[in-house]
Amino acid sequence: MNSTTMNTNNTAIQAEVLTKRFGDFTAVDAISFEVKKGEIFGFLGANGAGKTTAMRMLCGLSMPTSGKASVAGFDVYKQTEQIKRSIGYMSQKFSLYEDLTVKENIRFYAGIYGKSDAFIKEKTAFLLKELHLEAEAGKLVRSLPLGWKQKLAFSVAIFHEPEIVFLDEPTGGVDPVTRREFWNMIYKAAESGITIFVTTHYMDEAEYCNRVSIMVDGRIDALDTPAQLKKTFDARSMDEVFLKLARKAKRSD
Amino acid sequence: MPSVVANNLEKRYGKKKDIVQALKGVSFEVEKGELFGIIGPDGAGKTSLFRILTTLLLPDGGTASVDGLDVVKDFKAIRQRVGYMPGRFSLYQDLTIEENLEFFATIFNTTIKENYDLIKDIYSQIEPFKDRRAGKLSGGMKQKLALSCALIHKPSVLFLDEPTTGVDAVSRKEFWEMLRSLKKQGITILVSTPYMDEASLCDRVALIQNGEILSVDSPEGVIASFKHPLVAVKDSNMLQLLNELLRFEGTLDAYPFGEYHHVVLKDGYTASSLTNYLQQQWHVQPDVQTIRADIEDCFIALMKSEEIHH
Amino acid sequence: MKQFISFVKKEFRHIWRDKRTLFILLGMPIMQILIFGFALTNEVKNSQIAIFDQSNDLSTQALRNELDASRYFDVAQDLHAYSEIEAAFKKGTIKLAVIFPENFANDLDHFNTAQVQLVADASDPNVANTLTNYATAIIMDYQDRITNNRKLPYTIKTEMRMLYNPQLKGAYNFVPGVMAMVLMLVCTLMTAITIVREKELGTMEVMLVSPMQPIKIVMAKAVPYLLLSLVNITSILLLSVFVLDVPINGSLLLLIFESILFILTCLAFGLLISTGTDSQQTAMFIALTGMFLPTIMLSGFMFPIENMPLPLRIISNIVPAKWFYYIVKEVMIKGLGIAAVWKETLILAGMLLFLLALSIRNFKIRLA
Repeated sequence: MNSTTMNTNNTAIQAEVLTKRFGDFTAVDAISFEVKKGEIFGFLGANGAGKTTAMRMLCGLSMPTSGKASVAGFDVYKQTEQIKRSIGYMSQKFSLYEDLTVKENIRFYAGIYGKSDAFIKEKTAFLLKELHLEAEAGKLVRSLPLGWKQKLAFSVAIFHEPEIVFLDEPTGGVDPVTRREFWNMIYKAAESGITIFVTTHYMDEAEYCNRVSIMVDGRIDALDTPAQLKKTFDARSMDEVFLKLARKAKRSD
Repeated sequence: MPSVVANNLEKRYGKKKDIVQALKGVSFEVEKGELFGIIGPDGAGKTSLFRILTTLLLPDGGTASVDGLDVVKDFKAIRQRVGYMPGRFSLYQDLTIEENLEFFATIFNTTIKENYDLIKDIYSQIEPFKDRRAGKLSGGMKQKLALSCALIHKPSVLFLDEPTTGVDAVSRKEFWEMLRSLKKQGITILVSTPYMDEASLCDRVALIQNGEILSVDSPEGVIASFKHPLVAVKDSNMLQLLNELLRFEGTLDAYPFGEYHHVVLKDGYTASSLTNYLQQQWHVQPDVQTIRADIEDCFIALMKSEEIHH
Repeated sequence: MKQFISFVKKEFRHIWRDKRTLFILLGMPIMQILIFGFALTNEVKNSQIAIFDQSNDLSTQALRNELDASRYFDVAQDLHAYSEIEAAFKKGTIKLAVIFPENFANDLDHFNTAQVQLVADASDPNVANTLTNYATAIIMDYQDRITNNRKLPYTIKTEMRMLYNPQLKGAYNFVPGVMAMVLMLVCTLMTAITIVREKELGTMEVMLVSPMQPIKIVMAKAVPYLLLSLVNITSILLLSVFVLDVPINGSLLLLIFESILFILTCLAFGLLISTGTDSQQTAMFIALTGMFLPTIMLSGFMFPIENMPLPLRIISNIVPAKWFYYIVKEVMIKGLGIAAVWKETLILAGMLLFLLALSIRNFKIRLA
């Protein structure tokens, strides 16, 4: 496949025995999986299981030690810049600049991805309306309640209409109502064709994903739909599935 | 005499136009030896509340006491006898496990030996690694060390601010098991957490949101006060199902809840009335079950009724 | 007391385990002394000069030898025409040209007067001045020797004596300056940073909610840096005495006493800075621009205070390093005792108390 073409087949992310070693410590141990376009893919695992390291490789932020992977059709070794242009990212720790206004944040991030002024203007108005933030457009982000911040951050992350968006525990600490509103937004984004790659510590959110993978000690020990996982592990909830798998882990952090 | 008393606590941040009311009149009591949970999302006011109770912040209104001592006037005495671990506390990274513990013991004018029995169950799990630097510990081990350091001086009240935040489900469960085992020692423990499912592990809980207490009760009490019928529904297309549920005339509220959607029904409606409705919408055998409310259901209901009142 | 010792032990552990910072804290004074001693100097040695000798007699030869022999000059070129002079300067190889006219010795013998022309590269006026002064001195010296037997009317002989530092060694000046700088840096900066770091990490919160009195926390943080500074003073003094030949003419005890006084003042300053901020970055910035920079510029070490305009001279009085620098020079170089420096010592002590009082007043026992 020509290295400069956009992803034309149905796969958004592909990893083949992807590995990352730090000295003699193997953080990510030959993981293989595929994420289809428009899928909501849950990437679960205990702290220290290797999730963050894996995500970094997929985002083009860290060079794998061995194995292959492609994101939006681009190779994670050689085409990291193209990857970064095709994805969005949002984490619990950082989302927006607290000392900029809502509008300024949108403009800034959209500008990074090279969107035209016309596009920015039109879409900003649309976004503010959707989130009911029109009145707050000129307010500093730090004055917004947390739930609104996270919803805004998500909107900003997909503002430039990326193919894939990576969400690193986006709902941590958020109240239950806003969490659900957030997932509503995720569903809408998936419906519009954006592939969602999300990690979370809330097991009920695992149920909202099309498929879920669970990392243990650097390996992927389970990958299937939530329903299938519950059957395979004879569990009544994803919580139980997770406990059964994670308890076997030899290393934590 | 209750261990901790909060009476109409208020706390504001910022000036003039940008005032944020972190606490808007919070009141509750904690009995001696209770495992008391402060449950609420980020920004609810949990940390401000803890800081006032541990005498690190002065309230703007209201009063509070710990072991009968006033948090404003008798702060020195309170600081001698409580244990406190702030949110995301990471101890001294370049000191070993043993050095950390020894340090905290000495600061509190005691020794590891003196109260070893108190922390034995917890500390013994990390003792084999006592010469390892705290910075090189796993998240779970750090928790155990932090807990040991907070307990080593046998505090009468232990304040743990979000000790399980950012930690995976397995470690969280283990941590709560450790806390429950501490109840035998008669220590009053106040824990704050954003995770609703941890509420059921407490003796009593205070649900807090936006600086206000929504409810103070035992977990069962909170659940018992859930007034409306609650039903869980599942189907192959959950998104479509949710829309249909929201259109049902008997629905007071409907929201996703993991594998199922939860539907809060208006009085007079039952699971069967919902089933009938769904069958009319061409669902052949809808999976509808009456269920008991969960703390999260209660929190959502309380949040929404608060919003209506404002 | 046990609490206190435990805290001090912990602080030592932190410092000891941060090998990189430790290396800088202990190695920096040594490096500075060596760099100042051997590389940077206000003295000009081995300057390349050229001689245009139009006379080529015994006197000019003698003068030429004197110049070459001096450690300040190296005769690099012999010029043979006036036109060559400008070319030589333009090339940049020489800094000074000495020109002897024709019949130099003859004129001296018969008319008792002769002229020597010195042409200097004044693009660096300080160097030009220094070089012409050196050259003039050497020539005067020669003149003295040859006129020794002759009685000349109305001559005023200027006899110069450079007290305390006859060889005009720059080291005598900068050793006290380096001491002040190093102590300021280690004590003020590091104390401020270590206290603010606890605030940033969140451990300060835990410390406050404990029986440990805040004043003890602060003192315990200062103790290791006090000891580290004593080590630094020792290495500076050892190097100065044995490597740079700078003597300690006064009482070593007095010197150490004054140093401790200055160290405590710097520690108090660091403490004051830490009470004003919660961020290590800000603390570092305030320490460097608000304290370190004035120390370098206004203590009299690099630039003479007497040359500064009145406002700056007044401001320099509130820079503790100015007083310490003065005291060290008096005690170490001039060999004076407490009688000569009691006023300055009192001023330093006053600053210490003031800074301490202010810090204690500002120290927050709560978070807000």
